[in-house]
Amino acid sequence: MALLEIKNLHASVAGKEILRGIDLTVNTGEVHAIMGPNGSGKSTLAQVLAGRELYQVTDGQVLYDGKDLLNMPPEERAQEGIFMAFQYPVEIPGVSNMYFLKAALNTIRKKRGIEELDAMDFLALVKEKLGLVEMDPVFLSRPVNAGFSGGEKKRNEIFQMAVLEPRLAILDETDSGLDIDALKIVASGVNLLRTRDRAIIVVTHYQRLLNYIVPDYVHVLANGRIVKSGDKNLALELDQSGYAGLEEAVTA
Amino acid sequence: MSTTAPSIEALANQEYKWGFVTEIEADSIPKGLSEDVVRMISAKKNEPEFMLEWRLKSYRQWLKMEEPQWPNVHYPRIDYQDIIYYSAPKTKVGPKSLDEVDPELLRTYEKLGIPLKEQELLAGIAVDMVFDSVSVATTFKAKLAELGIIFCSFSEAVQEHPDLIKKYLGSVVPYSDNFFATLNSAVFSDGSFVYIPKGVRCPMELSTYFRINAKDSGQFERTLIIADEGAYVSYLEGCTAPMRDNNQLHAAVVELVALDNAQIKYSTVQNWYPGDKEGKGGIYNFVTKRGKCLGVNSKISWTQVETGSAITWKYPSVILIGDNSVGEFYSVALANNYQQADTGTKMIHIGKNTRSTIVSKGISAGHGQNTYRGMVKILKGAAGARNYSQCDSLLLGDQCGAHTFPYLEVKNTSAQVEHEASTSKIGEDQIFYCRQRGISAEDAVSMIVHGFCKEVFRELPMEFAVEAQKLLGISLEGSVG
Repeated sequence: MALLEIKNLHASVAGKEILRGIDLTVNTGEVHAIMGPNGSGKSTLAQVLAGRELYQVTDGQVLYDGKDLLNMPPEERAQEGIFMAFQYPVEIPGVSNMYFLKAALNTIRKKRGIEELDAMDFLALVKEKLGLVEMDPVFLSRPVNAGFSGGEKKRNEIFQMAVLEPRLAILDETDSGLDIDALKIVASGVNLLRTRDRAIIVVTHYQRLLNYIVPDYVHVLANGRIVKSGDKNLALELDQSGYAGLEEAVTA
Repeated sequence: MSTTAPSIEALANQEYKWGFVTEIEADSIPKGLSEDVVRMISAKKNEPEFMLEWRLKSYRQWLKMEEPQWPNVHYPRIDYQDIIYYSAPKTKVGPKSLDEVDPELLRTYEKLGIPLKEQELLAGIAVDMVFDSVSVATTFKAKLAELGIIFCSFSEAVQEHPDLIKKYLGSVVPYSDNFFATLNSAVFSDGSFVYIPKGVRCPMELSTYFRINAKDSGQFERTLIIADEGAYVSYLEGCTAPMRDNNQLHAAVVELVALDNAQIKYSTVQNWYPGDKEGKGGIYNFVTKRGKCLGVNSKISWTQVETGSAITWKYPSVILIGDNSVGEFYSVALANNYQQADTGTKMIHIGKNTRSTIVSKGISAGHGQNTYRGMVKILKGAAGARNYSQCDSLLLGDQCGAHTFPYLEVKNTSAQVEHEASTSKIGEDQIFYCRQRGISAEDAVSMIVHGFCKEVFRELPMEFAVEAQKLLGISLEGSVG
């Protein structure tokens, strides 16, 4: 079933066009990798799907579960099951991880008409999910991302994803700044969340992550368009030949 | 994209809920200030000679004083002849019980959410209600009296306990202290008085609720709290006023005295009318609050949440005289729209091993200007004195300002003084992060602000803390996006 349908999506930031007509369909149960050189529009695509107001959509349409995604404010998208793992997770001093995540989960549950979790049930849930990313429970009482190392922040994103159980997860350069051990932990956390009723979009610059999160489809973005699509082997080819040839093909 | 988020500048615009006016006949004296007015106020209160003398001495001193210009606040000159210095609801003076209080007044306090009927009180809070210039009712007096605790209006204390008044009035804030305190000393009309006898722990929170109602009137009240040896009291203060286009002056004085091993905890949630979004109207809150840790091992703790007033000018301070005495100041000050706040504290260390803690959290939004001004003074004799100060500022939007003026004066080399400061901004990225997790922009701001204020809210009595959180949420609504 098509969970996400992007049709001719154009978006710009500060008057500069970044996305120039993206077409992409993602079905439940699929993992799509979006690759491309710096400045190709990968992160912009992720941010536009999450609803960042910095970016203006100038043309096109996005359907999520058949609904007009672009008309929803970011919190509604989240409540509808879209989760973005941030490339640069934001620090919120004074607000504990636990409090933050409980507020998020219960807001989402409330919107879906599911009973909110009390403190005890919530604690039981998060303790179970912490194991997925091998995180120490002391993280729960620390302020959101404050004083976390780069790797801890990324693991925290995947942990939040595990708790919030999205239908569409968008990982925005989750591999950047991770050493190989952390990368493996993050990837195995993501793989545990790979299910038939969920879709994942992995935005990455490097093929490395895709050794651990093996995608069903790989799309190459250059100058705001998808210039090539294929299976996991496309990522390996790119690793050999680089993006240079592709960019020339577009600009020519 | 058509996703609409309220802008950072827009989240602050919830209506001021407490802005209604009570239609009640008032006994007001004409506008203006003179020796005759001072005599008139004293006569209306049927005061003993010593009080009149004290007022006149203050008035004559005030005539020689200049309005201070050093605070980092800006407002047109106040015309002191254009203020009504005494306004009281026309009702029987000094009702003996709640049944005798004008029902219109009771309704006012009900509307403000102040518990009135003693049997309806939850956690046992005794309340003194000050309406414009007079105290209209005090609850739980009889019950407290059984323990020897005196909790009454200031006027009543002058009549019933003149010895205590003579001994302590002006002992912490002298009549000549500063322009506004001296003005208050001349014209103050009422307020609360508390005396906790030796060894008594006050079993309930004592509280005063101040309400300005009359137009063009100023409110000049005075609070005096004395905790005798080994006594303990927790005191709460709340305030609101109707929405009016003109500015109204509130110049109060609070004096606290803690004797040996005594403790006073004084909490304020200040919610005077802040003026409208363009900065029109609002209360000028020029207040002198000071405590004296007179005895050994005594402790005075100020906690304030300042969300209201067009201008706030106050520095709840502690003079640490007794050896091992402790002073604390926990503050959250919000300046939204065109509000200006210049607030902080003074900790004067005189006794040995005296300790003080200052935690100040300033929040600026809209065009608000927030200034922390604090002084830590360690005198020669204060061997082993310690101070820890922390001043944090949080900015919402880019039209507001935060300023910090810490003064340190250390005359004893064995003293330890620490100061930490930080300034941060609620960023669009923080709000987006929360929204991406399903949390609305309003809830995100309130979460971030509460996280910022947590250390101060922790110091408030439970029910007050809940109230303060709600109030802060409301005062900030509309200021994000």
